[in-house]
Amino acid sequence: MTKGKEIAIFYYNFLGEEKMDFELTEEQRMILELVDEVSEKEIAPLADEIAAKGEFPRKNIEKLASLDLFGLTIPKKYGGLEMGYLTWTLVAERISRACATTGLIFGANLLCTFPLLKFGSEEQKERFLPPLAQGRSLGAFALTEPEAGSDAGNVQTTARKEGDGYILNGNKIFITNGEVADIYIIIANVDRKRGARGLAAFIVEKGTEGFSFGQHFKKMGLEALPNVELIFKDCFVPRENLLDREGRGFRIAMETFAAGRIGVGIGALGIAEAAFRKARDYSKERVQFGRSISSFQAVQHILADMATKIEASRYLLYKAAWLLDQGKPFEKYASMGKLYASETAMWVTTKAVQVLGGYGYMKDYPVERYMREAKLFEIIEGTSEIQRGIIANIVLKEK
Amino acid sequence: MLRIVVCIKQVPDTEELARVRINPATNTIVREGVKSIINPFDENAIEEALRIKEKKDALVTCISMGPPQAKEALRKALAMGVDRAFLISDPSFAGSDTWATSFVLSQAIRKIGEFDLIITGKQAIDGDTAQVGPELAELLGIPQVTYVRKLEIEDGKMKAERVLEDYFEVVQVKLPALVTVTKEINQPRYPSLKGLLNARKMDIPVLTNKDLNLPEDKIGLDGSPTRVVRVFTPEPPPKGEIIEGNLEEKVQRIIEELKKRNLLRWLK
Amino acid sequence: MAEIKVIEEKCTGCGKCVSSCPFSLIKIEGKKAKILPGCNFCGTCVDACPFEAIILEREEKVVDLSDYKGVWVFAEQRDGRIMPVTFELLSAGRHLADDLGEELAVVILGDNLKENLNLLKKYPVDKIYAVQDTLLSDYKTGFYARVLTSLIEKFKPEIILVGATSIGRDLAPRVAARIKTGLTADCTSLKIDKEKRCLVQIRPAFGGNIMASIITPYTRPQMATVRPKVMEKILPSSSSAQIIEIEPDLTGEDELVRILDKIRVESDVKDLQEAEIIVSGGRGLGKPENFSLIRKLADILGGAVGASRAVVDAGWIPSYHQVGQTGKTVQPKLYIACGISGAIQHQVGMRNSEVIIAINKDPEAPIFNIATYGIVEDLHKFLPALIEKLESLSSTKK
Repeated sequence: MTKGKEIAIFYYNFLGEEKMDFELTEEQRMILELVDEVSEKEIAPLADEIAAKGEFPRKNIEKLASLDLFGLTIPKKYGGLEMGYLTWTLVAERISRACATTGLIFGANLLCTFPLLKFGSEEQKERFLPPLAQGRSLGAFALTEPEAGSDAGNVQTTARKEGDGYILNGNKIFITNGEVADIYIIIANVDRKRGARGLAAFIVEKGTEGFSFGQHFKKMGLEALPNVELIFKDCFVPRENLLDREGRGFRIAMETFAAGRIGVGIGALGIAEAAFRKARDYSKERVQFGRSISSFQAVQHILADMATKIEASRYLLYKAAWLLDQGKPFEKYASMGKLYASETAMWVTTKAVQVLGGYGYMKDYPVERYMREAKLFEIIEGTSEIQRGIIANIVLKEK
Repeated sequence: MLRIVVCIKQVPDTEELARVRINPATNTIVREGVKSIINPFDENAIEEALRIKEKKDALVTCISMGPPQAKEALRKALAMGVDRAFLISDPSFAGSDTWATSFVLSQAIRKIGEFDLIITGKQAIDGDTAQVGPELAELLGIPQVTYVRKLEIEDGKMKAERVLEDYFEVVQVKLPALVTVTKEINQPRYPSLKGLLNARKMDIPVLTNKDLNLPEDKIGLDGSPTRVVRVFTPEPPPKGEIIEGNLEEKVQRIIEELKKRNLLRWLK
Repeated sequence: MAEIKVIEEKCTGCGKCVSSCPFSLIKIEGKKAKILPGCNFCGTCVDACPFEAIILEREEKVVDLSDYKGVWVFAEQRDGRIMPVTFELLSAGRHLADDLGEELAVVILGDNLKENLNLLKKYPVDKIYAVQDTLLSDYKTGFYARVLTSLIEKFKPEIILVGATSIGRDLAPRVAARIKTGLTADCTSLKIDKEKRCLVQIRPAFGGNIMASIITPYTRPQMATVRPKVMEKILPSSSSAQIIEIEPDLTGEDELVRILDKIRVESDVKDLQEAEIIVSGGRGLGKPENFSLIRKLADILGGAVGASRAVVDAGWIPSYHQVGQTGKTVQPKLYIACGISGAIQHQVGMRNSEVIIAINKDPEAPIFNIATYGIVEDLHKFLPALIEKLESLSSTKK
């Protein structure tokens, strides 16, 4: 891959004309050079082992923290680097390419920092953002429940007002970064009668009495990614930990998911890139019928389609991140990017196994792992079906 | 406060050098576009200085003698966390061998100020002479401890563990002193992003001969007692043989060759 | 003073100089060659230019060096044992002395030198300078440098050879800097240019990718270090060596570096640089436990265990086993590289081995470019089979 030469910075000059600058800034170049080095030398070599053992990649996370990468989107006054979501996306892509699990742990953090930044009070920001920015604490976002998946409004966890706070009761499942995270954004219902309009978001720290962890889910892939059940039993949360206002929970969730889509999409893109490279390099070396298989048109066409879909995913996601940085509506591109990148990742990884043939099916080669990993990206953060619904809604409203 | 000076050198990345070089057929020595890096052992030196700084009150200065592009290496050192950096560069320094280089460095260090400890890597991977460290120590008139894999500073004294061929030596020396370090001493850190971004803005002063005023007969080609008179590519080794056959046949063949060359005489 | 110039009228922009420069300091700008700053005037481009469009001007000094005579070899001793490299230097030194028509002398510093002097007398040397003192029993930079320097100032040798060991590489530059003379490290070849009456020193640079020919034209002595196992060992023959004993001028108060302790490494570790056979393991082993295969093979062959940088960095084996540019340079009779791809940094450390056997399942591995015998095979299959065969051989021996 050409080292970091594919960035789109779309900007509008004051006449409203669209200008396109696809170059990296000097700072981005430096950051990505460092991330590339660390990803290749430290993170990628451990990926197979992490997956095989199903062990939380603590070393990787500590390394990313030591490089200040957790603070990329956080304002300087809270200890971050304030470099924006586009730079964050570029970094997350590379991490995911080296190790999808590490990339998702890194990405899931955004689901915690984003709502804090957008909806948090000054006091909440000052309290929770600095440790998140330094990577000392990991974050998580918990909405999903046994009865609330795509139907996000159907959250059953209750938050009963009591004294100067709320009592939370219920459980959450499949929560990424569960148990390893210190800071959780929990969506609970304050007023069941109001349905989705009764939802609220709470900041709950690990170790709070009444907040415990249950099942650690075993998955098809991403074995080392923590996906944990959260259990709330008469858990008291002080009023200061309510994010924004009661009734805003649904909105907070929807907007957080929109941003999270970029992270999930870029994670899928990373996997697709890794799989594509393996397929491409293998096809050049593998000799059958007296020639390398990369000389056969059937294989060439697969590689061409892989590369094209990857590039298309890339620019949808970069544009979404850029729009977010500009404060412009970004949801359409975020959904498109997530939808396209995740379906691309599934397609590319499946085809990569095909290109490697028998070897592709064997655990000696990573492509079968990429394929198992890719599937999740079509589901989390809003399934592909949900994304299509969102995109349709948006484009139908456009002129 | 402990005043530490780290001497580094910018060298070509041999990883890439090999890809371009290793072609005995064409006998060409092309180095165009090869990436430059901080000499790996000097990275260990920077890291060691930073570790001392984490434990004690220290001022870490990083210097390098080289062409203008050596500033990149110094900037990386700043990104890793050294307090300040100086580039020592002048066209008249070009062509310096190890003696002249050590002389220029010694005078630059004297100009920069008092010091307690000088740390440098055991050798540069392009020259491979390992001479500048000891020569610099001599010209500064301070004791040297070479091949250090561990060091501790306490009360103006340094305790160091040296790696010799088949044993380790623990020595103690009073500061000021110079050490050359091996890569066993530590694992150099990556610069943090904050470090990288800060380093971009920092000034790296350049010391030229206008600042140092060094006599012509001690610098550059004239100051170099050794002279390179010719450079050539070594003869490629004779082409070897890939042994064919099944596993048993290959094992058999190897054992035959070893017997033929009398290499099984130490068989236990 | 030196100056390098491109004569633009003669330059055609053919670019032959660009590819000849070992330092990549020439580029073509506007169809003319331009030499960039940093040039060290080696003159390779001058020879490469077919149009003689590059000229290198050097002012030649005239210096009287006739006072300096004789070739010296520094006899390195540790714990009273003279290191083998000394005997290799002696053979080189003998050739140089004969070519010059000069004397060959050995310089030995230490304590209780009587036995070593008797040993040295068995070799064809003309003089032995012996400096004995308890303060010299262990190598210390300060003391040794002072003694050697005063010997040089008093007896004025023309050439001094020192072994490129951890001691030699500590001592030689210190002395060279003090006297301000030329020191060339890791010479692989030493010859006399009879016309100029100077020592021509050939050594590798850039990781062994190029060789440089170096002289010390204007200062004496000409100092050179040579790595162990590069030169042939000298054979003993009766000599009438004259022993000259010198009293050193040292006091314990001048001691700047105190040796607190000496720690031997594990006793079963053979010194790689002395070993005749080395079996090395790399990433291809797959996991650290598989080093047992390497150890087994090394053991049965009577050899030492080596390692590539990758496995040392991964913590599979201690670093004193590392062979390579940043590890040890070895020249055994037999080097077996198992699961080592053969990156240039590794090759630099072992390519002068007499016989190289490479075992790697990747047929494109660069190690095969320098291997005498290449085995394209999974080492997990090949090594056990080889070990088994060797074991049966050795049992039939008994």
